[in-house]
Amino acid sequence: MKNNKLTHHGVSDKVYKGFIYVVLIALAIIIIVPVAWAFMASVKQDIEFYGNPWALPKGFYLENFVNAWQKAKMGSYMLNSVIVTVIALALLLVIALPAAYVLARYKFKGSVILNMMFMAGLFINVNYIVVPIFLMLNNGDKIVRSFLGHPIFLNNLFILALVYAAMALPFTVYLLAGYFKSLPREFEEAASVDGAGYFRTMVQIIMPMAKPSIVTVILFNFLSFWNEYIISMTLLTKPGLRTLPVGLMNLMAAQKSAVQYGQMYAGLVIVMLPTLILYILVQKKLTQGMTMGGLKG
Amino acid sequence: MDIKKGQGRFIFFCLAPAVILFIVFLIIPTIDVFRMSTYKWGGYTDDKTFVGLQNFTKLFHSNKFYQSFQNSLLLIIVVTIVTFAFALVFASMLSREKLKGQDLLRIIFYIPNILSVVVISAIFSAIYDPNSGLLNAFLNLFRGATSDSTLWLGDQKIVIFSLAGAMIWQAIGYYMVMYMASMANIPESLYESAELEGAGRMHQFFTITIPLIWTNIRTTLTFFVISTINMSFLFVVAMTGGGPDGATEVFLSYMYKEAYTNSSYGYGMAIGVIVFLFSFALAAILNAVTKREHLEY
Repeated sequence: MKNNKLTHHGVSDKVYKGFIYVVLIALAIIIIVPVAWAFMASVKQDIEFYGNPWALPKGFYLENFVNAWQKAKMGSYMLNSVIVTVIALALLLVIALPAAYVLARYKFKGSVILNMMFMAGLFINVNYIVVPIFLMLNNGDKIVRSFLGHPIFLNNLFILALVYAAMALPFTVYLLAGYFKSLPREFEEAASVDGAGYFRTMVQIIMPMAKPSIVTVILFNFLSFWNEYIISMTLLTKPGLRTLPVGLMNLMAAQKSAVQYGQMYAGLVIVMLPTLILYILVQKKLTQGMTMGGLKG
Repeated sequence: MDIKKGQGRFIFFCLAPAVILFIVFLIIPTIDVFRMSTYKWGGYTDDKTFVGLQNFTKLFHSNKFYQSFQNSLLLIIVVTIVTFAFALVFASMLSREKLKGQDLLRIIFYIPNILSVVVISAIFSAIYDPNSGLLNAFLNLFRGATSDSTLWLGDQKIVIFSLAGAMIWQAIGYYMVMYMASMANIPESLYESAELEGAGRMHQFFTITIPLIWTNIRTTLTFFVISTINMSFLFVVAMTGGGPDGATEVFLSYMYKEAYTNSSYGYGMAIGVIVFLFSFALAAILNAVTKREHLEY
């Protein structure tokens, strides 16, 4: 490298490089230690928390996980989270893929306006509209109750999944449409010559090509659905229907009155483990995908 | 492509579900925020009275609102400056130097981004715990175990910075990856010729790196404003609940409390409107102030 040309640079280069290593490793430690510590704490007995917090666990007290899973109901919350995440992802793909494809490839009356509408949706943040959504569903329930006898919109995992899918629509359509736009026209033309209908062209020819983008969409939205709690705690008010992050919040609150640290950390590990495993498996895709979303300078 | 008979129908069926979902769960609630802000409405009853801008005048006379405004602004400034500076410098270190374990470092830095904010809040609540927390135990190594433990989440003067610490920890990796992606596009030849002219690393950083990723920096400034407003809400809900005594009440947590917990929907939505306008105005100002002539590579 350049060090060889200028020897007086050589020494300072090495010092500088050493300095960079120290700084970056320090940051890595700051990031890793809290997470690793939570894992460590999840196998400690409650009594161990009164000692030095840096102490290593005396053994693997896996009872914490059993307690969190059964007594704190994290097991059934996990099931709720899985149900909501899977349904929301399925809905999102079924709804967003055709819409993105049509918006990207067809010119028709109103296509410009619809494109703009979905773009504008990127600026709507869920935190602002979660209360109006709650009220809307609550009003719907009032109407439904008058002839069905029971509410159907609030405290419904499927409706929560539907809301999740709707919230993810603008970004997903934006990302997928960006990909569809980059495909050459010839694909449709060839399919049309072969006599394939619009629907078959889309499903059999275009969709398989979009696989990498679809994977990115699934990854990002899995993380956001799995980790979400504001909408979940607003729309699901029955304790039995909680999703994992809301369940964890509950554990945190419970831990303050009755000291059950171990159980709380075990719950915490249960919430983050699936995302960590997924991340380790696909980390490259995730960090690449992030910059794919048009955020490049 | 010639227009076949079925095209209109195809377009309709592809778009209809997405458009319906978008209108029902994004457009209507957004309009509701603005509409409801002009009503005095308890929510569960149907007694809605139009009060014009009365909610807004009430808002501007509320000390609680000013407190949440102050806290939000402080967080926006602190989190943005610290995260921005560190992310930019670290990103340039990681992308400019050839280091061993570069990929591993990048993987580690991005981890906080895949965790639920509830998980991060739980971990940091434990770290900040005055008796069994990591932070006090760590500081006690230097100041002696006899000194009073710091109440990181219990002291009104400190708590907002504790919150900022968790937010910075969460955000830094995301912005690093973003800056690194745009730094990767800068041609190496620019640095080589600067090196030949004897320009040092600092000089290169300010005359090459920063000007060439300026567009990206501007985009992220808008991100910082919007995401700090949103993320501070998520953290406050899971970590401090706005306390102690309103010391960490931020824009959206105040809105949520008024609208959902307190059921004064009209007033709550008025807060939402103001916050929305504020974030938009701040982003626009930042955008105007940072406008420079566009540089090409």
